[in-house]
Amino acid sequence: MRETLRISTSSAIVLVVFSLVFTGLMAITYQATKPLLEASAQAEKLKLINEVLPPASYDNDLLADAVSLPPMRALGLDNGSKLYRARKAGQPVALVLEAAAPDGYSGRIGLVLAVTADGHLSAVRVTAHKETPGLGDYIDPKKDKNKANPWIAQFNGQSHELAEEGRWKVAKDGGPFAYHTGATISARAVTNATGHALAWAAERRNALFALPTGAKFEEKQP
Amino acid sequence: MSQFREITRNGLWKQNPILTQVLGLCPTLAITTSLINSFSLGLATTFVMAMSNFAVAALRSFIPYEVRIPVFILIIAALVTMVDLAMNAWLHDLYLILGIFIPLIVTNCIVLARVEAFAAKNPVAESTLDGFVMGIGLTLVLSVLGIIREFIGQGTVFSGIEMVVPGWQAIQVLPDDYPGFLIAVLPPGAFLVLGLLIAGRNWLDARANERAKAILIQHSPTQAQA
Repeated sequence: MRETLRISTSSAIVLVVFSLVFTGLMAITYQATKPLLEASAQAEKLKLINEVLPPASYDNDLLADAVSLPPMRALGLDNGSKLYRARKAGQPVALVLEAAAPDGYSGRIGLVLAVTADGHLSAVRVTAHKETPGLGDYIDPKKDKNKANPWIAQFNGQSHELAEEGRWKVAKDGGPFAYHTGATISARAVTNATGHALAWAAERRNALFALPTGAKFEEKQP
Repeated sequence: MSQFREITRNGLWKQNPILTQVLGLCPTLAITTSLINSFSLGLATTFVMAMSNFAVAALRSFIPYEVRIPVFILIIAALVTMVDLAMNAWLHDLYLILGIFIPLIVTNCIVLARVEAFAAKNPVAESTLDGFVMGIGLTLVLSVLGIIREFIGQGTVFSGIEMVVPGWQAIQVLPDDYPGFLIAVLPPGAFLVLGLLIAGRNWLDARANERAKAILIQHSPTQAQA
């Protein structure tokens, strides 16, 4: 009995010591890497934004000129998000926002898109998806076999009017946008979500540009 | 020196983590959809295995036998977390490729298996080598799995290489209009290909045994008669 107690106590002490030491090591690593991680997360974000909006088209500090959005059904977002505003010489250039397609072939597809001040889509990119490799993943230009003219580029420069008229659809549903046979669901999900997000942002663009920096956007009740 | 050679042989062939021990299948089957993915996961796992074997072999005299498994898991999880953070901070380009695989390594029981079966009983140098070659053995098998699945599933080789070496392109081996073979890309395809690989390994081993026996019989005719 005493022997058992002795073994249990010493084992417990060793476990505690190991936990403390390794937790400490992890904490030190975390503290040491935190500033670098934050910086690279920012750089990553900017790199992604540069893909949907040419960096030469604006001259403000884009990531600082942000408005926070509440969870927005129209954009497919269950959580709050940030919307960034690009300006050149103080004049509105474009809105950069997140959106999501809830109805991908295997779950949610995350998107980021830029909407110009005159209501056109600058470009859209897929940020996260779980579509089937080699089949539905052409929605991400990095995985698209057609590198020169990837599928997602067909949305560039399209007008919000197309979305408002209800014609922002893939060809199978009677719209102008191409898709790959055998993988319609991925294309349809991205197309529809992009259209909804573009229409949403274009309709509210004046209000969104007018908000003070850091403000919270509230949907006005009709 | 001979035990080092033995460790290397075990890791690469005789005790190959996937073909013989059949351990750590969850990440294996999930990730091996292409050569680049498989190879990257293999390298990341190799690194963690060498490190965890080193750490446990160095600390093994302080670890009571009764609580060794929780301590091993603690060490492995802490190491993986630190590798994850450090790589993200200081080797960011590499992290962009390997990063998504690193948390998966904690769930790979081959890491714990080598720590328990080898590093807990052996000196530091041998243990580190064991972790390293076991990882290399894993990487080789994963890469073969990845090549076969990618080729059958998508008709390409090296898809995703542009993320490792910018400017390089995947090679389309089969004609461009190859429709793909979905089951090879999905997990069942991984089981099928892995099964064939294990069968192939057993066949090679059986053939080698037959040969060894035949040579033995030839050289000792009296024993053959008996």
